[in-house]
Amino acid sequence: MSVSLSMTVNGKATKADVEPRMLLVDYLRVSLGLTGTHVGCDTAQCGACTIHLNGRAVKACNILAVQAQGATILTIEGLAAADGTMHPMQQAFKDCHGLQCGFCTPGMVMNAVDLVARHPGADEKTIREQLEGNFCRCTGYHNIVKAVQQGAAAMAK
Amino acid sequence: MGANDTGFIGQSVKRKEDARFLTGAGQYTDDVTMANQTHAYFLRSPHAHAKLRKIDTSKAKKAPGVVAVYTGADLEGVNGLPCGWLITSVDGTPMKEPPHHVLAKGKVRYVGDQVALVIAETREQAKDAAELIDVDYEVLPAVVNSADALKPGAPQIHDEAPGNKCYTWAIGDRAAVDAAFAKAAHVTKIDIVNNRLIPNAIEPRAAVASYNRAEDAYTLYVTSQNPHVERLLMTAFVLGLPEHKVRVIAPDVGGGFGSKIYLYAEETAMVWASKRVNRPIKWACERSESFLTDAHGRDHITHAELALDKDGKFLALRVHTIAAMGAYLSTFASCIPTILYATLLAGQYTTPVIYCEVTAAFTNTAPVDAYRGAGRPEATYVVERIVHQAAAETGIAQDELRRRNFIRTFPYQTPVALLYDTGGYDATLDEAMKIADVKGFAARKAEAAKRGRLRGLGYAAYIEACGIAPSNVAGALGARAGLFEAGEVRVHPTGSVTVFTGSHSHGQGHETTFAQVVATVLGIPVENVDVVHGDTGRVLFGMGTYGSRSLSVGGTAIMKALDKIVAKGKKIAAHLLEAAEGDIEFKDGKFTVAGTDRSKTFGEIALTAYVPHNYPLDKLEPGLNETAFYDPTNFTFPAGTHICEVEIDPDTGVVQVVNFTACDDFGNIINPMIVEGQVHGGLTQGIGQALLENCVYDKESGQLLTGSYMDYAMPRADDLPSFKVGTKVTPCTHNPLGSKGCGEAGAIGAPAALMNAVLDAMSVAGVKHFDMPASPHRVWQALRSAKAA
Repeated sequence: MSVSLSMTVNGKATKADVEPRMLLVDYLRVSLGLTGTHVGCDTAQCGACTIHLNGRAVKACNILAVQAQGATILTIEGLAAADGTMHPMQQAFKDCHGLQCGFCTPGMVMNAVDLVARHPGADEKTIREQLEGNFCRCTGYHNIVKAVQQGAAAMAK
Repeated sequence: MGANDTGFIGQSVKRKEDARFLTGAGQYTDDVTMANQTHAYFLRSPHAHAKLRKIDTSKAKKAPGVVAVYTGADLEGVNGLPCGWLITSVDGTPMKEPPHHVLAKGKVRYVGDQVALVIAETREQAKDAAELIDVDYEVLPAVVNSADALKPGAPQIHDEAPGNKCYTWAIGDRAAVDAAFAKAAHVTKIDIVNNRLIPNAIEPRAAVASYNRAEDAYTLYVTSQNPHVERLLMTAFVLGLPEHKVRVIAPDVGGGFGSKIYLYAEETAMVWASKRVNRPIKWACERSESFLTDAHGRDHITHAELALDKDGKFLALRVHTIAAMGAYLSTFASCIPTILYATLLAGQYTTPVIYCEVTAAFTNTAPVDAYRGAGRPEATYVVERIVHQAAAETGIAQDELRRRNFIRTFPYQTPVALLYDTGGYDATLDEAMKIADVKGFAARKAEAAKRGRLRGLGYAAYIEACGIAPSNVAGALGARAGLFEAGEVRVHPTGSVTVFTGSHSHGQGHETTFAQVVATVLGIPVENVDVVHGDTGRVLFGMGTYGSRSLSVGGTAIMKALDKIVAKGKKIAAHLLEAAEGDIEFKDGKFTVAGTDRSKTFGEIALTAYVPHNYPLDKLEPGLNETAFYDPTNFTFPAGTHICEVEIDPDTGVVQVVNFTACDDFGNIINPMIVEGQVHGGLTQGIGQALLENCVYDKESGQLLTGSYMDYAMPRADDLPSFKVGTKVTPCTHNPLGSKGCGEAGAIGAPAALMNAVLDAMSVAGVKHFDMPASPHRVWQALRSAKAA
């Protein structure tokens, strides 16, 4: 049995017949080839698969593809401007060395963008609390916190 | 960014690799998709210890989409997975090396042991089919604790290892240590457990194996820190294939921390199977499987005794450790609690005699191997915990007791085999104390006490041995591999450069740091240098990345290749400038006749090498491409002091890390931004061990109780403070970059510093003994027990 599914991903209309048990993250990675969204766990704890669903940060491993029927999805591949200019949050992660192996980075950046939208003037404590759902094993979060602060300032401009 | 006198050395150049990682363009193993690929799923043992009476795969083979199902019986002619280091017991016998089958045969020995490989058209079909495999297990009693495993009557895990003992190994002069203890004014004793950890790189292990019938050759994409070593072990030891017929590619790898050094069963079985099914096979480990099957770290039980004279000078150190190996010997398991542990027990101190005995035990758990620091965090934890306790017992201040025993003359031969080439331990201690504002601690403690909080300060003056080497010494100690590194510098006709390195980057930023080194030496922009790593088909050879060795060993191989480039460039320049080769100087990207303004740029020389019209073809080959291998003459010895300040809420047992300071000596630093990042990450793993993380198996069933992120406490952003880091520099004396390595330091110093701070804070309540992790429940219990006593 398969289900007909359509949604908008990074500004483009997509359509496919999928198994009902398919996760959204597999739809993005396998069906659409958008491999920037990563899978780091199977309990919705690590946040490597974070994407935006209708403007909100969501863990794509914790939702079925069919639940995103008709939704508007933004993944890391769609965050930069069309000409390749990085989003201020992507640039801030680079400037602050907020990434090492890069595996948690797409989810971390997608969460950070949403975090700033919800808490524009967040202090360090709030940022750290809001990053709780995203694991990084490389950076110790020190430079990620700095990057979110710098990204927030740049996004406010 | 322009080059100055020292080029790009010492500059925080922004990373070249970031653009792809930040835009979702990274290529990790699970991102690789091949035409006509199949999917693998491994059926694993649900029991910690059981006989395999019968495996019936008939139903699974008929399930929808199934391509093949294999069990241990199918893998005829396939050897077991090898251990890369032979340890010899004190009685002269070699360690016990029971077979480690690629797919289980006869018995399973831990929860997660691989029983069958199912290959199907989709991952879901493979998983569904695995449920149809009927395995008849005869469940046996299990033992998960290493001390229990060595007790008489414990369940016997391998016939080849009576009493579950792998080896008993020792280092040092036992009689001299006994004599020193006999005349000691004070003896401090501790019993400590170094808790078992699960590495948890955020990218789970993965592999894509394929076979090309026309070429009779294999390609393996795999999450590896050292693809050449992976290939050597897999082909020569296990599958009996010629090395040149297997290409191993470790593309972008999402963190390793040791856990991706090893040759694992999964990718080995897949390479074997790829020829049988004649289609590519893909496998991505689920996190639950990672918890069960990635090699774990630490897991030591130690009794240690320190003898001091009346002035607090250390006279002798005696250490007995039981180290868990897990169910099988992982690739480098045997050398971690011996060669990389006991040799570090001198720490930063002049302790004249040391004796250490290590017994390694098999247990019904996942194998244990190197995890960030690998033996050195365990050594630092023993030394710095016992020094902390000695200071507390003798009433000598923590910094003062350390100072009274610091090594200050170099080179220094320790009583446990290592020769420290250089160091400056007073400088890192002084600077750490300054940054941590130790002077203000008493006031902060008093203020905290007014709020009912317990505040404590803890030190760890650590040392590590990095850039493991030289090969002949390691070989004499039992290593079954070389420990050099290889590099190649390919100058292109237009003067840009591609560097091929055997080091592997999985977060360390080699593509930037190595480019800075090359750009500096050749006097060209960093943008003109690309670094290639992680592909046995492109890189000449390599030993890979572990033990903080990439820059000091891999970087030196590149330096040696650069020397050859410059030497050849001088020959070409001498010809073009009609000067003697000895008169040519190379500086800032220009070959100049000494004392004149006649010169040729690096780019002109490169072009001439490939368009050799005016060229000494009778004496010199065209082209500008050089390779080098470098085998280090000694370890490097990064060292430093970490100071941790904690505050404990005695009502809840919650430990808050309020300040964490690290002052490290990594020798010369190429990119301070990247080095600081390495320190932050290392500290977090060390703090994670001391505060949160703990791998727990059920004692009766052998089930892993901490098998998910909801049970195994990973450090999250709000568990940690921002860090304060500083550096002091004594350049390494035996490599041209003067570099020592920085990747593991944080994880080595942090656990002892944090636990000493916790013990300091709890000392007012009378707590004298406490093991990691300092989780709220355990801290609360310790405080309550002390109060009751």
